[in-house]
Amino acid sequence: MSHDQAAAPLFLDAGEAALVVEFGRTVDPAISDRVLALDAALAADPPDGLRELVPTYRSLMIHYDPLRLDRARLIALVEERLVAPATRGRAAALWTIPCCYEPPHGEDLAEMAALMGHAASEAASIHASALYRVYMYGFSPGFTYLGGLPEAIAISRRTKPRPPHESKAVLVGGGLSAIASFAMPTGWYVVGRTPERLYAPERTSAFLFEPGDSLRFEPIDAATFSALDARAEAGEVVARRQAS
Amino acid sequence: MTAALSLRSVGPGVTVQDGGRHGFLRYGVTGAGPMDPFAHAVANRALGNPTDCAAVEVSLGGIDVTVEGGPVTVAIAGGDFQVTIDGQTLPAAVAARLEPGASLRVRAGPSGVWSYLAVAGGLDLPQVLGSSATHARTGMGGLDGRMLQAGDRLPVGMAMSEIATGRIVAPLLERPAESIRVLLGPQDDYFAPDQIAAFLAGPWTISMRGDRMACFLEGPRLSHKLGFNIPSDGVAMGAIQVPGEGLPIVLMADRQSTGGYPKIATVIGVDLGRLAQARPGTTIAFRAVSHTEAVRARAEEQSFLSSGIAIEPLTRSVFSSEFLLGLNLVDGWIDAQGRG
Repeated sequence: MSHDQAAAPLFLDAGEAALVVEFGRTVDPAISDRVLALDAALAADPPDGLRELVPTYRSLMIHYDPLRLDRARLIALVEERLVAPATRGRAAALWTIPCCYEPPHGEDLAEMAALMGHAASEAASIHASALYRVYMYGFSPGFTYLGGLPEAIAISRRTKPRPPHESKAVLVGGGLSAIASFAMPTGWYVVGRTPERLYAPERTSAFLFEPGDSLRFEPIDAATFSALDARAEAGEVVARRQAS
Repeated sequence: MTAALSLRSVGPGVTVQDGGRHGFLRYGVTGAGPMDPFAHAVANRALGNPTDCAAVEVSLGGIDVTVEGGPVTVAIAGGDFQVTIDGQTLPAAVAARLEPGASLRVRAGPSGVWSYLAVAGGLDLPQVLGSSATHARTGMGGLDGRMLQAGDRLPVGMAMSEIATGRIVAPLLERPAESIRVLLGPQDDYFAPDQIAAFLAGPWTISMRGDRMACFLEGPRLSHKLGFNIPSDGVAMGAIQVPGEGLPIVLMADRQSTGGYPKIATVIGVDLGRLAQARPGTTIAFRAVSHTEAVRARAEEQSFLSSGIAIEPLTRSVFSSEFLLGLNLVDGWIDAQGRG
C-alpha cells in the first residue's frame, strides 16, 4: 500500500518502548521531507520520556519510556506537530565531498561500468555529476544512504557480497549510492573512496551530515587523496559545507 | 593505587557493558548494552549503583578475577552460573566483598547464558559517545573496543562505604523461557493470519548461531504476503525480522540501528533477558500481548529495581564461620539488618 503525500501517517508499535510513525512505504524525497519535519519538530521541544529519534526513508522511529510518556499522549503530540510542523532546527546544508575514483580506490568501478554499458571514466563522471540527498544513516556508525543516483548507473546490488572494502568507501547498489565509514564485506559496488571521515568520535562533530542535507562528490586523483587522507586522519574536516 | 579487577582467565564473548549508548542510533551507532538488561540492573542496584553502571557481562565462557589495590565489593546476577570465591561455592546471585588476592571464579552453571559482574562504584573506563558499552564489531567502548581477555585490568570507581553482602533476593531473575511475550508489528501486515498463527505457535528452537547481535530461531518456515524487502527502517531491540528464507531472527543488543526485512513482532522489554538467557537448543513459543500488558510488566520490574534490593545474609549452616569472616559477610549481615 502507499499513502499519498498528505495522508495521515500510520502509528506502528515496535515493542512497548518504540513507536514508528510511517508516512509511506517507498523511497521518495517528499515522504522523507515529512519524516524530517516531524523529527525536527519533536527534537526542538522533546516531551519528557522521549529517548531517541531515528529518521529513515519513510518513517520516524521514536524510542520512548512508556512509564514516563504514555503512548496515547505521544500519538496526540505527534498529531499536533504534524498539523503545525516546525521549521528544521538547522537549515539543510550542501556538502562537497572529495572522492577518488582512480585505482586503487575505485575497486569495482570498471566492473560496475561494464555491467551498465559505460567506460569506467564515464561512470565516474556520471556519479560525480549528480546532487545527492542524505536520506538516512544505518548499518554502521556513519554509514550514509544517498538518494539521487543517476539512472544510467543505477545498478542492482550484487547477488553475493564481495570481500571487505576499505573504510570510507563510496558505494553504489540497489539504485542508491552510499558512503561506508567502516571496512566490511558488502553487496554494493565500490566505485571510489573519500578521505573524509564520516565517523570521528573524538572530533567535535563526530558525524558531519544530517538527514536531509545535499551532497556532491568532487573527483580527486590518488595523490590528492593521500594528502587529504592524512589531514582527515589528523582530525581535520576535508569536506566543504555551505548552507543551501 | 585505585582498586581494580585483574582478569586471570576470560572465556570468549566477555565484554564491558553499561546501560547502552543512547542518542546516536540516528547516525547508525548501535546501542549495545547488556543482553539481559534486568539482570545487569539487579547486579548494580544490589550494590547501590545506578542501574546503568559499567559492569562485566560474563558469557558461558566464564571468568576468573582477582582484585588489586584494595578491597572491592562485587555483585553477580544473571543466569544460574557457578560462582566461587577461593573455592567456596556461593549463590548465583550474590554480593560479596573481595579482599586483595581473593580469587573469584564465575562459570556456566545449570542454566542461563549471561551473568553480570558489577562492582560497587562501577567500572571506571573511558566513554565513547557517552557510554562505555562495548560494541566489538565497530571497535567501540569497553576496553579498547574489544572483548575482554586474560591480563586485562579494569579500574573500579569510588563506592559508598557500607554495602550489604549476601544472597541477592530477586525472584524475578527466575524466568523460564518457554513463553516469550511479544507485541505484534511493526510489519505484521506483511504476513497472512495463518502465518501469524504459525509464528506464535512455533515451536521454535534457539539455534547455536546466536551472539550479541541476534538470536536465530529454527522451526516452521514463514511465508510473506507482501514480499520480504522493505525500505530500511528503525530496529528496536527485540525486533523479530523474517528474511526471505522464512526463519525468524530476534535482533538483540548489538543489532544494527536499521534493517530492511519485515518485522513480524517485537519481544517486550521485560522478556528480552528471558530470551537472552535461553541456551541454544531451548524450545520456545511466542505469546502476543497488548501494549498495556507490556507496560504493566515493565512497571512491575521498574518498581522492583527502585524499591531497593534485599540482600539475605549467607548462613553458617551453609558456610564455615572462618570462610564467612574471611569474606566479611558477617559485617554484611549487620548492614543488611541496619538497612531494614
